[in-house]
Amino acid sequence: MIQPVQALRSHGQRKSFSVMLKVWRQAGPTADGYLETFRVGDVNPDMSFLEMLDRLNERLILEGKDPVAFDHDCREGICGTCGVMINGLAHGPLKNTATCQLRMRSFKDGDTLVLEPFRAAAFPVVKDLVVDRSSLDRIQQAGGYISANVGGAQDANAILVPKKQADVAMHSAACIGCGACVAACKNASAALFTGAKVNHLASLPQGQAERKERAVNMVARMDLEGFGACTNTNECQAACPANISIQDISKLNREYFWASLTSQD
Amino acid sequence: MRDIKTFKLSIVSNMATVAQRILDSRVPDGSIEKKWDKRIFDVKLVNPANKRKYEIIVVGTGLAGASAAASLAELGYRVKVFCIQDSPRRAHSIAAQGGINAAKNYQNDGDSVWRLFYDTVKGGDYRSREANVYRLAQISTRIIDHCVALGVPFAREYGGTLANRSFGGAQVSRTFYARGQTGQQLLLGAYSAMNRQIYAGKVKSFPKREMLDLITLDGVARGIVCRNLTTGQFETHVGHAVVLATGGYGNVFYLSTNAKSCNVTAAWRCHRRGAYFANPCYTQIHPTCIPASGDYQSKLTLMSESLRNDGRVWVPKAKDDDRPPHDVPEADRDYFLERRYPSFGNLVPRDVASRAAKERCDAGYGVGPTGNAVYLDFRDAIKRDGEKTVRGKYGNLFQMYEEITADDPYHTPMRIYPAVHYTMGGLWVDYNLQSTIPGLFVLGEANFSDHGANRLGASALMQGLADGYFVIPYTLGDHLARAKFPSVSEDHPACKEALVESRNRIERLLGVNGTQTVDSFHRALGKIMWDKCGMERTASGLQQAIDEIRGLREEFWSDVKVIGTEGSFNQNLEHAGRVADFLEFGELLCFDALQRNESCGGHFRGEYQTPEGEALRDDENYAYVAAWEFNGVGNEATLHKESLTFEDVPLATRSYK
Ligand SMILES: Cc1cc2nc3c(=O)[nH]c(=O)nc-3n(C[C@H](O)[C@H](O)[C@H](O)COP(=O)(O)OP(=O)(O)OC[C@H]3O[C@@H](n4cnc5c(N)ncnc54)[C@H](O)[C@@H]3O)c2cc1C
Ligand code: FES
Repeated sequence: MIQPVQALRSHGQRKSFSVMLKVWRQAGPTADGYLETFRVGDVNPDMSFLEMLDRLNERLILEGKDPVAFDHDCREGICGTCGVMINGLAHGPLKNTATCQLRMRSFKDGDTLVLEPFRAAAFPVVKDLVVDRSSLDRIQQAGGYISANVGGAQDANAILVPKKQADVAMHSAACIGCGACVAACKNASAALFTGAKVNHLASLPQGQAERKERAVNMVARMDLEGFGACTNTNECQAACPANISIQDISKLNREYFWASLTSQD
Repeated sequence: MRDIKTFKLSIVSNMATVAQRILDSRVPDGSIEKKWDKRIFDVKLVNPANKRKYEIIVVGTGLAGASAAASLAELGYRVKVFCIQDSPRRAHSIAAQGGINAAKNYQNDGDSVWRLFYDTVKGGDYRSREANVYRLAQISTRIIDHCVALGVPFAREYGGTLANRSFGGAQVSRTFYARGQTGQQLLLGAYSAMNRQIYAGKVKSFPKREMLDLITLDGVARGIVCRNLTTGQFETHVGHAVVLATGGYGNVFYLSTNAKSCNVTAAWRCHRRGAYFANPCYTQIHPTCIPASGDYQSKLTLMSESLRNDGRVWVPKAKDDDRPPHDVPEADRDYFLERRYPSFGNLVPRDVASRAAKERCDAGYGVGPTGNAVYLDFRDAIKRDGEKTVRGKYGNLFQMYEEITADDPYHTPMRIYPAVHYTMGGLWVDYNLQSTIPGLFVLGEANFSDHGANRLGASALMQGLADGYFVIPYTLGDHLARAKFPSVSEDHPACKEALVESRNRIERLLGVNGTQTVDSFHRALGKIMWDKCGMERTASGLQQAIDEIRGLREEFWSDVKVIGTEGSFNQNLEHAGRVADFLEFGELLCFDALQRNESCGGHFRGEYQTPEGEALRDDENYAYVAAWEFNGVGNEATLHKESLTFEDVPLATRSYK
C-alpha cells in the first residue's frame, strides 16, 4: 500500500521539516466556519499525522488559544473514530489508510495542507474537524443484525461455512464505520457502508432468515437520514481504509431489488 | 537480600493499614465442576413480568458492556447504555487483533475445559480465584457458539469448520480468530445484538457520555452522573443497578497500546464511593510492540502475539554488532527465548518474553536506533512455508508494521519492544461480579477477577463476553430479586450531591489556569510509572515513585492549564479530568506494588528473583488478593485480603523451561 517514495528508510535519515496548515474552524453546529492558517515546524517524518496535530494543539494551549478539535481514539486504523479531509481527500493522500495511520513522511517541507471535516448533510459539524456520524449507527439499528438470543445457539461447527464464503463475509465485515465513503462521495451516499453490512450477513447461512427485510430496512433508513444516491463514481472505494469494494454496492442493489420484488408484506 | 526484605516490610507496615475484615467471595460450595450450576440454581429469579420494571445502567460498550446490555435487554430488562466514543462500536475492544480462546477441542489435540482452566490458573501465576477461572473455561465454548449465531465471520477451514491457532503460552490450538481483527468482529457482533434491542426500544444508547460519579443510596448503587461530551451538560441517570464495563487503566503509563480515551475515571470514582480496588499492581507488558520512535510518540502499536508462532526472536550475540540483520550469520545470533526456555521457546507467556527482551536490551544487546528493541524474524517461516502462506496469515499486520516504520518485514526482521498492554487489576468483585458496593457490578477488564497476576493471550475477549453474555444475566437478577428499592428520582439529594461534586471538580480544573499542559502532566506521570513501576520494580524505586506522584499531583492542581469552558465540546477538559484521576490512582498502583514483596506474573520485584532471574513467588505470605479501601486522597488506603486457596490446580512454580 505504501508508495515508493514513502518506502525510503527514514529512521533518523531525514531531517525535520515544517508544513503549513489551513484548518477548518467552526465553534459549533450553527456557527459560521472559516479556515485558519498555522505553521507547524519541527515535524519528524516518522511522526503520525495526528501527532503533528497534537504538537500544534500543545502550542495553542500554551498560547491560551482554543486547540483544534479532531476525533481519534485507537490511532491504529481500526476504531473508525478519526477522519479528516486533507487537501480534499478523505483520510489524506495514501490509499486505503485511515487518517491516524498516515505518517508525516507522506508530506514534504513547505507543503500546504487544507484540513476540513468529513462533510455531508447527514454528518452535521460538531466542532472544527469533528462531525456527528450517529446517522450511521441508526442505519445499523434498522437491521444490521441477526436475531439470535443468548443461550439458544447450537454448536458452532454445526453451521459449516466454506473458507471462500467466510472470506467474502469477512471482507465486507471489515468496515470500520468511519464515514470516509460518505465524505468522498459527491452525493454523500452511504451505499458502501450499508452494502458492507448487508453483504456480510447475506453471505452467511445464519443471515438468510432476515435477509430481505434487512436490506429493505437499512436502505430505507439510509434514505431517511439524508444520504444521497449512489451514482457509481467509485470515490468511496478509493477512500475506504478497510478496503471495502464497490462490489458491495452492486450486491446491495441486487439484494434490495430482489427483496422488494419478492417481499410478502 | 534478607536485609532488604525486612527493610521493606517495615516501610509497608508504616504505610498500609491492614484490616482484619476477610472479604467474602461468595463462591458456592461443592466440587469445582458443579459450582456454577449450583449458583445458577440458587439465584433468586425475577418474575418475567416484572423484568421490564427494572432499569439497568450499563457503562461501557466494549465486549463486556455491549454483550451485557444486549443479553439483559433480551431477558426483558430496560437498559441504558453509556460510552465515551461517538458510537458504541468504537469501544477499545475493537482493537484486539489476535483471537479468543475456547475449550472446544475442535483440533482433537487434547484440549478440555480442565486444561483451559489449568493453563489460566498457572498462567496467572496462582493469583486468581480458582472458581471464577473454572467458570470462565466452562462458558468459553458457548461464547463461540453464540458469536457464530450472530454472524461473526471467524476464520474457517476449506471444508467449512472453524479454524484455530495456538496463541502465546498454550500448547494446544484453541484460539478462534477473524483475520487479525478478532476484537473488531466480536465487538461488532455484540454491537449488532445491542442494536437489535435499541431498535426494539429496550436499550437506550447514550454515546459521548463520560461517567464522572456513582450515585449510591443507603450504600446501594442506584445511578451515575455523567457529562455529555458534545454539549458539556451534566446529567444524572438513576436505575436499579449499575453495571460497570469501562475497561482497563493501562494509560496511567501514558504510552500503552490502549486507545487514547481509555481511562480509570469511572472505576476510580466508584472506588472513591466505597468499591475496593484489587491488585492494581498487576499490569501486563506485551512483548511484541513497535518501539517508540521519538518524544512526540502518543501511543504504541501492538503487533499481534500470533506473530510469535512463526517469528523467531533474537539479538546479535556480540554487543556492538551493527551489521544489518540479514548480514548477521546464524552463528552470531542469540535466539534468547529458545535458548532460555527450550520447551516453550518463542511461545512463553507475555511477562516472561517481555522481561527476557528487557534483560537483553539492558545488558546492551538491543538493536535499532535507540537500542531498545529486539528482532522478530520471519526469514525461516518464509523459507519453510513460502511468502504466500505467511502473507495469508499475517498480511495485514505486516502492512501495518510497514506503514508505521517504513520497513518491509518480509525482508527485514521486525523490531519490537515490550509495552503496557493490559491491566489484570481492577475493582474487586465477588463470584457474582458484584463489587463491595451492592448493586454495582463490574465486568470485563475493569474487574480483577479471572487472570490473576498475568493474563494469557486471547483470554480477555473470552472473559469480557463470558461476563456480559453468560454471567451477569443470572447474577444481576439475584440482586434485583433480593434488594429493596426505595424510589429515587433525579432530584433526590444523593443525586444532587454527586452532581454538584462532579461539577465543582470540573470548575476547579478550569480555574487553575496555570502554565503547563494536561498532556505534559500525563507524560510526566507515565514516565514515573514506566521507569519505577514498569517491567521491574524495587522497594526504593516505588517509594520514590510515590513521592514523585504526590509532588506531580500537587503541581497539577496548582499549575495545569485547561482551555475553554465547561458547557461545550472540550477535549482538553476531558483529558484533564482523566489525568487528574490517574494522578490519584497511580499512587495506589505503586503502593500495591510496594506492599507485594514477591514477584508474580506481571509484577516483578527486583529483590525477589532466582539466581537465573526468574520470578520468585511467596505463596506462604502473598497468596491473597489485595483489595484496597479508599480513605481520602493522599491518605493511606486500607488493605483487605481475600486469601486464595488452590485445591484443583496445586501450587507449583511456573516453569516454561
Ligand atoms: C491492541 C490490543 C490488542 C488486544 N488483543 C487481544 C486479543 O487478541 N485477545 C484478547 O483476548 N484480548 C486482547 N486485548 C485485550 C482486550 O481487547 C481488552 O481487554 C478487552 O477488549 C476489554 O474489553 P472491555 O469491554 O472490558 O473494555 P473496553 O473495550 O475497553 O470498553 C470500555 C468501554 O467503557 C467506556 N468507558 C470508559 N470509561 C468511561 C466513562 N468514564 N464513562 C462512560 N464510558 C466509559 C468506553 O467508552 C468503552 O465503551 C487487546 C488489547 C489491546 C490494547
Ligand atoms: S483513530 Fe481509530 S481509526 Fe483512526
